[in-house]
Amino acid sequence: MEIPYTVEAHPETGLNNGKIGIWLFLTSEVMLFGALFATFIMLRIGSDGNWAAMQAEAELNIPLATVNTAVLIASSLTMVMAWASLMRGQLGRFKLFGWLTVGCGGIFLVIKYFEYTAKFEHHHYPESSTFLAIYFAMTGLHALHVIGGMAWNAYFTGPGSKVFHTNRQWLTDRVEHSGLFWHFVDLVWIFLFPVFYLL
Amino acid sequence: MAEPVHASPAHDEHHHEQSFWRKYIFSTDHKVIGVQYSVTGLAFLFFGFVLMMLMRWNLAYPNEPIPLIGSLLGDNRAPGGIMLPDFYNELGAMHGTIMVFLGVVPLAVGGFGNFVMPLQLGAPDMAFPRINMISYWCLFMGGVTMFASFFLPNGAAGNGWTSYSPLADIALNGQTAWLIGMIFLITSSLLGAINFITTAIQLRAPGMTWMRLPFFCWAQIVTAFLLLLAFPPLEAAGVLQLMDRVANTSFFIPEGLVVGGEVLDRSGGGSPLLWQHLFWFLAHPEVYVLILPAMGIVAEVIANNSRKPLWGYRSMVYSLIFLGFMSFIVWAHHMFITGMGSVMSTFFQTTTMIISIPSVIILSALFISLWGGSIRYNTPMLFALGFLPMFGIGGLTGLPLGLSAADIPLHDTYYVIGHFHYVVAPGTLFALFAGVYYWFPKVTGRKMNEFLGKLHFWPSLVFMNGVFFPMMIQGLNGVSRRLADGGISYDFAGEVAGLNRMMSVSAWCLALAQIPFIINFFMSIRNGEKAGRNPWNSTTVEWLAPSPAPHGNFDQPIEVVRGPYEYSVPGSDKDYVPQAEPAST
Repeated sequence: MEIPYTVEAHPETGLNNGKIGIWLFLTSEVMLFGALFATFIMLRIGSDGNWAAMQAEAELNIPLATVNTAVLIASSLTMVMAWASLMRGQLGRFKLFGWLTVGCGGIFLVIKYFEYTAKFEHHHYPESSTFLAIYFAMTGLHALHVIGGMAWNAYFTGPGSKVFHTNRQWLTDRVEHSGLFWHFVDLVWIFLFPVFYLL
Repeated sequence: MAEPVHASPAHDEHHHEQSFWRKYIFSTDHKVIGVQYSVTGLAFLFFGFVLMMLMRWNLAYPNEPIPLIGSLLGDNRAPGGIMLPDFYNELGAMHGTIMVFLGVVPLAVGGFGNFVMPLQLGAPDMAFPRINMISYWCLFMGGVTMFASFFLPNGAAGNGWTSYSPLADIALNGQTAWLIGMIFLITSSLLGAINFITTAIQLRAPGMTWMRLPFFCWAQIVTAFLLLLAFPPLEAAGVLQLMDRVANTSFFIPEGLVVGGEVLDRSGGGSPLLWQHLFWFLAHPEVYVLILPAMGIVAEVIANNSRKPLWGYRSMVYSLIFLGFMSFIVWAHHMFITGMGSVMSTFFQTTTMIISIPSVIILSALFISLWGGSIRYNTPMLFALGFLPMFGIGGLTGLPLGLSAADIPLHDTYYVIGHFHYVVAPGTLFALFAGVYYWFPKVTGRKMNEFLGKLHFWPSLVFMNGVFFPMMIQGLNGVSRRLADGGISYDFAGEVAGLNRMMSVSAWCLALAQIPFIINFFMSIRNGEKAGRNPWNSTTVEWLAPSPAPHGNFDQPIEVVRGPYEYSVPGSDKDYVPQAEPAST
């Protein structure tokens, strides 16, 4: 039995099922990170003016985070290029940009790893202060999202790309959906970077 | 009814035999998944009920050994058969958690929503069948985690179903398992919600416009939005509390917290109130997750058995949507006694008064729907009719709790327990029973027994009130709702403490009243009266499918041509006109 509108768009909504599904999923993600940002605000307000001191003590590495921001923005660009290549039917270019996207995610995580270990070396743990607690909670959850997005993209760039020869539209749609997720993950970092490092 | 069978050839090509595992265990068919959800939900409702019956023993006969099973509970729970207060707390916390997240939600949303909604929409299945399967198995894992936590060395979570911090952060019981279980359950609900909304948007049959949707589908759609938007904040809060427990962070722990006479060795700086905000931001919409599907079921059953269109269908739908929206901005009425300030209280009591209006509109419309109908008093209808006054009592007793001045003396008393149990026990549960009796023929092809059904309904109605009404009386006398001994150690409980025995006996009789249901349920699967496609002479689309419906649901193309409740149309040759049958004029 076939489910209608898995590939072709619904005549009234103009969208296929997956696109609606991914947008709904992103809505729930907004609520998830929204709750964590609300927690950040509550902790900061409730810190009796100690927030700046806690932040200074945590010694977050602004240059590294700036590089990471650039890496993630670049990966959003390659993500769009990958999808656009599929739209034009260029499988080779799609794979190139797909792996570049996954690679950028990898670079981001490696830099994040060095940031985390530097914190641990200075005995800055989540338990040290509420600033570090929310920092590790939010960047950690974000890192899990990066890993999820990389796995998703790696699947469609690698083994999943075989579908190109049988059902190109299906593959293009799925890459578009994983792209939407990837851009969301990127966007979350765009908020995390100033909130933790710069403010 | 004439049953034109135009089996489309394209349909049968995809029909092939599946193995037992694919067909019944790891099925992607929304009907099988719906039944899996329902059976799981009913089993956990029964389990949660057993926990409560144990608690009721200690409330009625404090410090007396539990008869029969007392010796089986073990020395760390009930030495000599006498229940320890810690074990009472475990039972209380797990009763709440299991009833809400593993009983009512799986049955009302996962079960009825999954089984009925695609059929009512005229869809072949859910939009994402595999995600549907994953959603059920996440729930199953959550259930296993919760159930297994009873066997941990320090027992299950015992910090209330609300798991308030900082107690839940530092408690030595199974709170960590509770949090992990909750993360499974939340994931399940999120995946389910995405599936429900996408299905409703994309897979409606041709002609099924939004204002032709049965009210039940509307209720499921609004419920899905509540789950989608309200659960993630609890997931976030759950992760933070998990970090507080395993990584020694201080999200919800204030500075200088004294535990056991010593200052806790934590950085502090967190906010216990923050947990309450995050928790109730979920848990108030969750209340509507429990009640909206019930309203949907009751609306279907009442329209069908009063043989009249629903009165004010559009008003009901708009009320439902407004109710869903408002449910996100009333959460802090659970927190009037936290001292969050009168400005906050004023705002939230205003929104709380406003949210009562759409509930009253829906309930009034259901009552008016009965007016002048030729009512059939079959079992589903009895349960639906039972729902109306019971939910009415639950709703009206909630009004004093929505006003901070009245809430402050009532909040920690049994009045609150009585109030919300009237909403979810004789309210939602009666509606769910109505749904089980009503859609049972669609699931199995056989009707449930009417006599046993009535034998189930009437004692249930009496004993439900026997359990919950005395709680109101106790609550107004100020009996605290958190005492393992039912309040006998307090003088003011003196004159109403005796009611505990009446409530407990009612609860055990209520258990006996479920025996006809259990017998009926299992007997009718094989021996019930055979039902055709449309045993209730109903108008909605699910009754056009065969009973039981095959994989893919319909054996004829569905085109919807009119609204959902065309009963007793003047000039029609029968008293119902199905939604998807060409007009016979």
